[in-house]
This record gives sequence, structure tokens and C-alpha cells, in this order.
Amino acid sequence: MSIIPAPIVRFYHKTASPPYFYNLSNKLMPWLSCIFLMLLGYGLYSGLYLAPTDYQQGDSYRIIYLHVPAAWMSLFIYVLMAVAGAISLIWRMKIADVVLISSAPIGASFTFIALVTGSLWGKPMWGAWWVWDARLTSELILLFLYLGVISLYGAIEDKRTASKAVAILALVGVVNIPIIHYSVQWWNTLHQGPTVSKMGKPSIHIDMLIPLLVMAVAFKFYYAIAMLQAAKVEILRREQNTQWVKKLLEQKQ
Amino acid sequence: MTPVRRQRLILILLMVAGVGAAATFALKAFNENLMYFFSTTEVAEGKAPKDTKFRLGGMVVKGSIERPNRGIMVRFVLTDFHKQVTVKYSGILPDLFREGQGVVTNGRLNSSGVFIAEEVLAKHDENYMPPEVTESLKQAEKLKSNK
Repeated sequence: MSIIPAPIVRFYHKTASPPYFYNLSNKLMPWLSCIFLMLLGYGLYSGLYLAPTDYQQGDSYRIIYLHVPAAWMSLFIYVLMAVAGAISLIWRMKIADVVLISSAPIGASFTFIALVTGSLWGKPMWGAWWVWDARLTSELILLFLYLGVISLYGAIEDKRTASKAVAILALVGVVNIPIIHYSVQWWNTLHQGPTVSKMGKPSIHIDMLIPLLVMAVAFKFYYAIAMLQAAKVEILRREQNTQWVKKLLEQKQ
Repeated sequence: MTPVRRQRLILILLMVAGVGAAATFALKAFNENLMYFFSTTEVAEGKAPKDTKFRLGGMVVKGSIERPNRGIMVRFVLTDFHKQVTVKYSGILPDLFREGQGVVTNGRLNSSGVFIAEEVLAKHDENYMPPEVTESLKQAEKLKSNK
């Protein structure tokens, strides 16, 4: 472990302690909320108003400012859950379990938003609400994986066993992530190919790209806020019999 | 890293690698079924099914769209820049349908090799730009071809 600088190791060990994590998220919350609101405001204004219309889709293309960031988040959160699952299984870190299970409903919501906005766009542009091509089908499987994690956790009474089970499920499901990402390249799909992550230059005009990236960062901040709030509740539930939570309650009264 | 933790790490890596390998083989086996449509070359070479419905995808050839009976029946030619297939369709076309656009059609081949479509979907490309940019791109192309 000597390759990693000492302050990072110390930070890692500190965040692993529930009271420290709880207080840290409380302190971060106003900053995160402030940055999120500013990014969201600017992203929506520049995306829906300032950005030019598209040469063939007109204004309907503007749904990408919700659809694409939501779809990116659905992949990002799942990878983060799988990493948290691995940390929880290898190092038995309690906070990793909390992060994993607190992320699942948020990831499921982003997946749902990506599917619904895509469907609303698909009807006028493709001529169909839904097609069973590789991209759409693999994204739907991702939604079921999220719902599987949530229901598996809810179904097992002992939360320590439940955490182990969902960590394994999250790790098994992670093979779906590269399939979703590369589906448009490996197979003929109705869904278009990648625009932003294309090798070389992204095939989107810079005035349209910047609001998209701003929205993507704003969604990341939203995720941090929602996940930390859910994690705080989960920590209090798990640690309700400990000294520091009792002290916290006394202070509130 | 303690030996117990290293063992758990190796176990997890093996599990993910195993599931990944299984998924790769499964996807390889079902590769053809995962293709959403056949290309025009595959259809022209007779690789597409004869008696059942299938999807055919390609670009609409410029100047090939015609309405022979002045009704809703439309005839156009699809290409993948190697082979071409003629398509007949009666119905409402999606917003993005036009010459030079990628489309996916669903239907079956008739005895004379014409594809009778029951559904036409437009495939959007990955390019996003303002109309002024397309105009200037066209102008630049014109200048090039004039030289």
C-alpha cells in the first residue's frame, strides 16, 4: 500500500467511519446544492434557449439535454455500485454497502428517464415508440438489474447478508455496461452511433456540445446530493444503537 | 493487502471474468439474432429469409423516391453503396424520411425481388449541427466540385 500517498490513505480510513462520513456529507450538502443549481440553471437555459436548432430535427433534438446525461448517469452509477460492491466484499467496508444500496434507486430513476425520453423522441423521429434493437434492449435489462438490486436488498431480513448478496449481483451485472456502450457499434441498431465519445472530433457542433456537458456534470452533482441524503438515513438506521447517534439525538432535542 | 483480502479480490476478479466470458460466448452465438436489420448486399446475395418477414436497412438513393399512382404508395431504392434493393410501401413516412437518409423497413421480399414494406423507420445519424453550418458545408462542397 506504500505506493498510495499517506494523506489519501488517511482520508480513506476516515471516510470509512460512519460518524465521519455522516458529518462530512452534512458539511458538503450546501456546496453541492449550490453548484448543482447553478449548473442546472445554466445547462437548461443554454441547452433549451441559447443552443442553435438542429439542421434536420429542428427543436426536437433538444431532448438530448435530458436523455443523454440521464443515460450516461445510468451507466456511471451502475459502475460505481459495482466498485462499491467489490470494496465491500474485499475490505468489508460498511460505508461501501451504504453507498451501493443508496445509489440503486437513483440509478433506476435515471435509467427510467433515459428510456422514457428516448421513447418520446423515437415516435416522431424513427416512427416507433419502442424497437427491440440491441441498445434499447440492453438498457432495459439495466433497469431490471437496478430493480433486482433494490428488491433483493429488501427481500433479505438480515442486512449484512443482504449487503453481500447485492454486492455480488452488482458485480455480475456489470458485464452489461460495455454491452450497452458498444451495442451500437457491434450490431446493426436503429439507435444512432456515439456522437461525443467518437474517436477524434465529436460530430456535434460546439454550441450544442457545451450545454450537454454542463448538464452531464449537473446530473453528477444531483446524484451526489441524492445519494448522500439517502446514505445518511441508511447510516442512522444501521447505527441507531451506537453512542454517537444517541448523542446526536440528544443534541436535536 | 492481507492474504485473506487478496484471496477475496482474486475470487471477485475470477467471478467477473467468468461472467464476462459467458456473456461473450452467448452474444457470439446469438450474433445474427442481435442484428436489428439485414443490409441490402445481404438481401441481394440471397442471405435474407425468403418466406418470413425481416428488416432491411440502408440509405435512400437520391432521386429514387416516386409515387407511381399519385397515392400513398411510394417506391424507393435502398443502398449500402454496394448493392441496391427496391422497396414499395403504402403508409405514413416518419419526419426524418428523405433522400440520403438511413432507414429501416420491415416486410418481405416478393417473387421479383422487390421488398414489400409494412413499416418504415428512419435511422437518425450521430451528427448534430445548426442549419447555417450545413449550408456552409454544402457551399464548400460546391466550390470543391467546381474547381
